[in-house]
Amino acid sequence: MEYLLQMINISKTFGEVQSLRNVNFEVGYNEVVGLLGDNGAGKSTLVKIITGYHRPDPGGQILWKGQPVDVMTVAKARELGIEVVYQERALADQQSLWRNIFMGRELCNRLGVLDVEKMRRETARLMQSHMGFTSKAITPDSTVKTMSGGERQGVAIVRALYFQAELIILDEPTMGLSLSETRKALDFVNGIKEAGKSAIFIDHNIFHVYPVADRIVVLDRGQVKGQFLKDQITLDDLIAKLQHVAQTGRLD
Amino acid sequence: MNTVSEIEKRSPEPSPEMARGRVSQFARRYAMQIGIVLVGVLIWLLFLIGSPKTFLSFPIYAAYMSTTPFFALMALPLTLVIITGEIDLSFPSIMAFGMTIYALVLVSTGSHILAFIACLIAGLAAGLINGAIVVHIGIPSLVATIGTQFFWRGVVLVITGGNGTGLTSAIGGILHTGLVGRVFGLIPAQMIWTIVVAAVVWFFLNRHRFGAHIYLSGDNVESARLMGVNVSRVKMLVFAIMGVAAAFAGVVVSLEVLYFWPTLGEGYMLSTLSSVFLGGTSVFGGTGTVFGTLVASFIIGAINAGIVAAGLTGFWTQLIYGLIIVMSVSLQTILSRRLR
Repeated sequence: MEYLLQMINISKTFGEVQSLRNVNFEVGYNEVVGLLGDNGAGKSTLVKIITGYHRPDPGGQILWKGQPVDVMTVAKARELGIEVVYQERALADQQSLWRNIFMGRELCNRLGVLDVEKMRRETARLMQSHMGFTSKAITPDSTVKTMSGGERQGVAIVRALYFQAELIILDEPTMGLSLSETRKALDFVNGIKEAGKSAIFIDHNIFHVYPVADRIVVLDRGQVKGQFLKDQITLDDLIAKLQHVAQTGRLD
Repeated sequence: MNTVSEIEKRSPEPSPEMARGRVSQFARRYAMQIGIVLVGVLIWLLFLIGSPKTFLSFPIYAAYMSTTPFFALMALPLTLVIITGEIDLSFPSIMAFGMTIYALVLVSTGSHILAFIACLIAGLAAGLINGAIVVHIGIPSLVATIGTQFFWRGVVLVITGGNGTGLTSAIGGILHTGLVGRVFGLIPAQMIWTIVVAAVVWFFLNRHRFGAHIYLSGDNVESARLMGVNVSRVKMLVFAIMGVAAAFAGVVVSLEVLYFWPTLGEGYMLSTLSSVFLGGTSVFGGTGTVFGTLVASFIIGAINAGIVAAGLTGFWTQLIYGLIIVMSVSLQTILSRRLR
């Protein structure tokens, strides 16, 4: 069976710490995969390998639509259509909203001259259509540091959406958000599914992951400890299994 | 009655409110620039009151336009370095290093043009070495450039043996006229160059992808990397530009006085750095403007001459220097905290 993304035998060592050990992980077409695990389980490392920020140790393989990817770089990942909403939001606080939306791929001509007006216009449009900014106090020229946690998350999510991704990775998108803001973030994940795209939804809160994921992968101490299709396991069973993993490091 | 008064009350209200909103938005966005211009005007008025005869005649301004570019030409690209969150303290020595190469090439070929080109290449090399030490070895730029500052000064002294080189042969040549001649017999050419450099640096910082990446690298290096900004290349480039600019400024200074002193550059460190900081560029990186640096360098340039012209002794210079810098930078910090 062909997957959108398939990772085979991926390991990653930082100095003496082996953060991932022989991980096999895949994402299907139009599938939302929930990635669960405690702090330090290796979730963020796995994500950063997918996006080309970290290089995996030699010996593993990454396939995109069945084709091997030799070296995954940030640019390559983007070219393939992988977008990330990072845990840290990856924003530049002192810069304006439009500079944040277009961070790293500014709209410009072949000589690199920016199309500032177009970026401002697009940002204003996105703010109205997707971010739900109604306050007049926030303009495309507002700096990001003035915004609330939910607004900042909105910026990060809309940024991923704008660039037509095939696979959107959400790294703890609900962290630090209020209840209603969390609701919005989860709606966004459902929106990805409806749009026919795929997503990896990372969280350590099972109550956020379970309702929106098609399949749940449990990562613990750098290894995949198990996967469950949502229609084959109840929330209560899953919680029991997760507690067992956390205590013993084994699933059964 | 009631409805009429209500309508009357309601309809005229939005326009002044909106206008006020627009004005305050403008004030917020350009608070730093407005602040620095006000400081400049205030200082100028003080000098004007203190010594109207001097400050209402042209010569004092001709003097400003001739000497301020010496460090303004470096303060402008240094703004880029500081916005990326780095610093360069080696530029005074790079000025002298560039001129040493200039002198060597001049003596062996007799061509000022060739000497000038070699000098810029030497500056570029010195800048790239700074960049490589900071980016690839990972030494903080404060430490790295203190090191290269001593190193290049040492290279200059070893090569020249402490002896200077006369440059009177440059008079009448295209390089001398082009860099430090007097346009229309009045305006020093280096002033025109300063404006041109400011315009070019402004364009790249505000309207080019390179400038966008400079701001992002200095604001949050981790975010910039995650979003695919090549931070290493950005930093290499700003150090390289700084090296070339220092070499260029070295030529301008030396041609103006028609002599290359191996001590060239000493004394420009503080005026260059304070121009950048007075101009509102944050030492933490991520913010700063070309306009602020340009205005601030003329404020710094004016203080020196102005104090003497206003009848105070030269002993006052440093005191007032310090006062103005500390006060303006404090003011900027308070302003930016209030306005955000």
